[in-house]
Amino acid sequence: MSQYNFKKIAVVPTSTEFIDVTLSKTQRKTPTVIHKHYKITRIRQFYMRKVRFTQSNFHERLSQIIQEFPKLEDVHPFYADLMNVLYDKDHYKLALGQINTCRHLIDNVAKDYVRLLKYGDSMYRCKQLKRAAMGRMATLIKRQAPALQYLEQVRQHLGRLPSIDPNTRTILVCGFPNVGKSSFVNKITRADVEVQPYAFTTKALYVGHTDYKYLRWQVVDTPGILDHPLEERNTIEMQAITALAHLRAAVLYVADPSEQCGYNLQQQISLFNNIRPLFANKPLMFVLNKTDIIRMEDLPEEKKSVLNEIVQDPDILMLEMSTFTEDGVMNVKQEACDRLLTFRIESKMRTKKVNDFLNRVHVAMPQPRDDKQRLPFIPEQVVLKKQAMLTDGALPKKKLLREIELELGDDYILDLKRNYDLPEEIKYDIIPEIWEGHNIADYIDPDILKRLEELEKEEETRMQAGYYDDTDEEEDEETKNIHGLALKIREKKKIMKIERDLKKNSRKPTLPRNTVAKTRERSVAGLKRKMSELGVDIDDKNPNTNFARSVSRARSQPPEKRIRKESTARSRSRSMSKPPRDEMGIKDLSMKLKLQKHKAKSQKKGIAKLARKGEGDRHIFDLKPKHLFTGKRGTGKTDRR
Amino acid sequence: MRIEKCYFCSGHVYPGHGIQFVRNDSKIFRFCRSKCHSAFKKKKNPRKVRWTKAFRKAAGKELAVDPSFEFEKRRNVPVKYDRDLWQKTVSAIKKVEEIKQKRSAQFIMQRMKKAKTIEKEKDVKEVQRNMSLIRSPAAGLKMAQQESVVEEIHESDDEMQIAEEV
Repeated sequence: MSQYNFKKIAVVPTSTEFIDVTLSKTQRKTPTVIHKHYKITRIRQFYMRKVRFTQSNFHERLSQIIQEFPKLEDVHPFYADLMNVLYDKDHYKLALGQINTCRHLIDNVAKDYVRLLKYGDSMYRCKQLKRAAMGRMATLIKRQAPALQYLEQVRQHLGRLPSIDPNTRTILVCGFPNVGKSSFVNKITRADVEVQPYAFTTKALYVGHTDYKYLRWQVVDTPGILDHPLEERNTIEMQAITALAHLRAAVLYVADPSEQCGYNLQQQISLFNNIRPLFANKPLMFVLNKTDIIRMEDLPEEKKSVLNEIVQDPDILMLEMSTFTEDGVMNVKQEACDRLLTFRIESKMRTKKVNDFLNRVHVAMPQPRDDKQRLPFIPEQVVLKKQAMLTDGALPKKKLLREIELELGDDYILDLKRNYDLPEEIKYDIIPEIWEGHNIADYIDPDILKRLEELEKEEETRMQAGYYDDTDEEEDEETKNIHGLALKIREKKKIMKIERDLKKNSRKPTLPRNTVAKTRERSVAGLKRKMSELGVDIDDKNPNTNFARSVSRARSQPPEKRIRKESTARSRSRSMSKPPRDEMGIKDLSMKLKLQKHKAKSQKKGIAKLARKGEGDRHIFDLKPKHLFTGKRGTGKTDRR
Repeated sequence: MRIEKCYFCSGHVYPGHGIQFVRNDSKIFRFCRSKCHSAFKKKKNPRKVRWTKAFRKAAGKELAVDPSFEFEKRRNVPVKYDRDLWQKTVSAIKKVEEIKQKRSAQFIMQRMKKAKTIEKEKDVKEVQRNMSLIRSPAAGLKMAQQESVVEEIHESDDEMQIAEEV
């Protein structure tokens, strides 16, 4: 079945699309940066790669098209014929052939240009050659536009063809337009074929599937056929003819004796006789539809006599049905299926392969080894139960909870513990779960008491061994003292550290000196006083005492350099500064003016173009132009507006 | 209903408290509070976070291995309800808990004892080195001087007497 599914053919692009896709692929998937100072071999390689890549892409896509489209010689003759009818064989073959030649031409173009590129002597030449190659390939594809377009249309139509398998069990329904072929198919399958009260409602083949005898049956609905020579038949009729000609199927020729279809019985029978050769070697049935309007018995004599010819033919089965009342529809289906099945089996039996098949069919009939009876074992209880059921009708049933509930009414209490497998007295215990943050379930262990006993024994031995004895000796007075002192020292240390940090690590800007007078924490006098209070003899007359020396150094010394007395005319602050850079090394005012003129002139030369006033003139008139910053943004970049 | 253990801090998680996370491999993580949950989400290892039970046990701060701990654990063996067994168990729990508490307290006390001796040594060293920070080394000098002056006076008195006698 999957063999004749044409849905998997890939979309055939239009020529422009084809070119765009392939060229952009080349642009995206090959290197893009090249410079003329690169080695020439590299430049040639770069462009050859582009040409080859493009060629291979075109080649691949074209061969895919050629491969995917079915070849008329390879497919089943039914499909070959159908495609000939629908798409015109010559046109189809021509299109595929054109694509094939186009593929060859592209290959040749690429080969030629790669050869030429080998002798390209500059980047510019190489690039021109590449351009030419791609241009020629694109032109070739552009010429294939009609072929590609046709193939795309064929592809779309092929995909929608019903997937008819020419080799399975098939029932083919044919006849004049409007005799009720489609409604029959609708009745027996799930195919939803359109049914309308006018001729040629069905314009193509339709397929439905039905089940009979655990098998899948394919039911093919064909468009109506008119009674005229083959050459005059149109495409719609030709589809039905091809199906009749090539499918090995049970043929149902549907006729309308009521003549409501617009063709009289005579015409219908003459068509039947005309296309009779197509029915050769196929189970054939002549079905009279619309019995709800007129039955065969009620037909006038002259019409009956017309039919007689067919009735008397032993190969043809005459049946009646009404798709409107569904009278006889199932009979027709079963009859058709049965006849087709027997026909297929018969034809199979005639082939050579049948022996291989029959060899595999074997029904084993084992021989009994002795006369011993081996009856099936049935448990006694089951036998008893069966007997009781036979005699008493029904055993006393166990009462359901629901029945109890209905019986008790409002007094009923739902008892969830009813079926617990526990003695009655402890069944309704409230089981403790938690005790002081412990899960009791975690402790549950059948031999817990034994283990507890062991633990207690161990504990007792520990007690006796003095494990828990309080060996903590009393602290004496001295250690307590020492601890107190140590605590004090640590506190002092901490305070000192904090003070140090405050002094050192302050990252904030310090206040100027004149605002806060810095108090000195330590002084020589204070030291002297403190130490003498404590009883230390302090002798500052000794020249070696360092604190006594520091007094003499406290006084500041006069600065070594003095302000120059000569330049009193200028202010003090400017005395040290240099002259401005534009006055450096200038003798007098006239020289200064001259130089200024020179400067202006030279600046004008370089900068004051485009009516700018000078190098300071870099005015940007609108930093945020309104049209670039207001309103909605569409697709694309913000600065391209 | 049961009291679960927090995955992070091993604290109790009572029914209706905390939050539970079920990982892709169906492992369940229960957390007693958002602190533990957020620590988990930060991929903290409970054995390396000082305030968790796991850390304390791993670092030897608490008693970790003891037969008294073997009583409480998930056994995953179905035991049919038996009133007698339950009663015994509840009474056993109390005894086991008592022993457990005693032992872990003893463990901590033993640990602290070592610390105490170290502390003492440190105190002595501190006092020896840095006494000058809280008391000047010259403190008490004056007293000693006064005493010696008194003695000298006494001596001179004696001399005086001798001289007089002479």
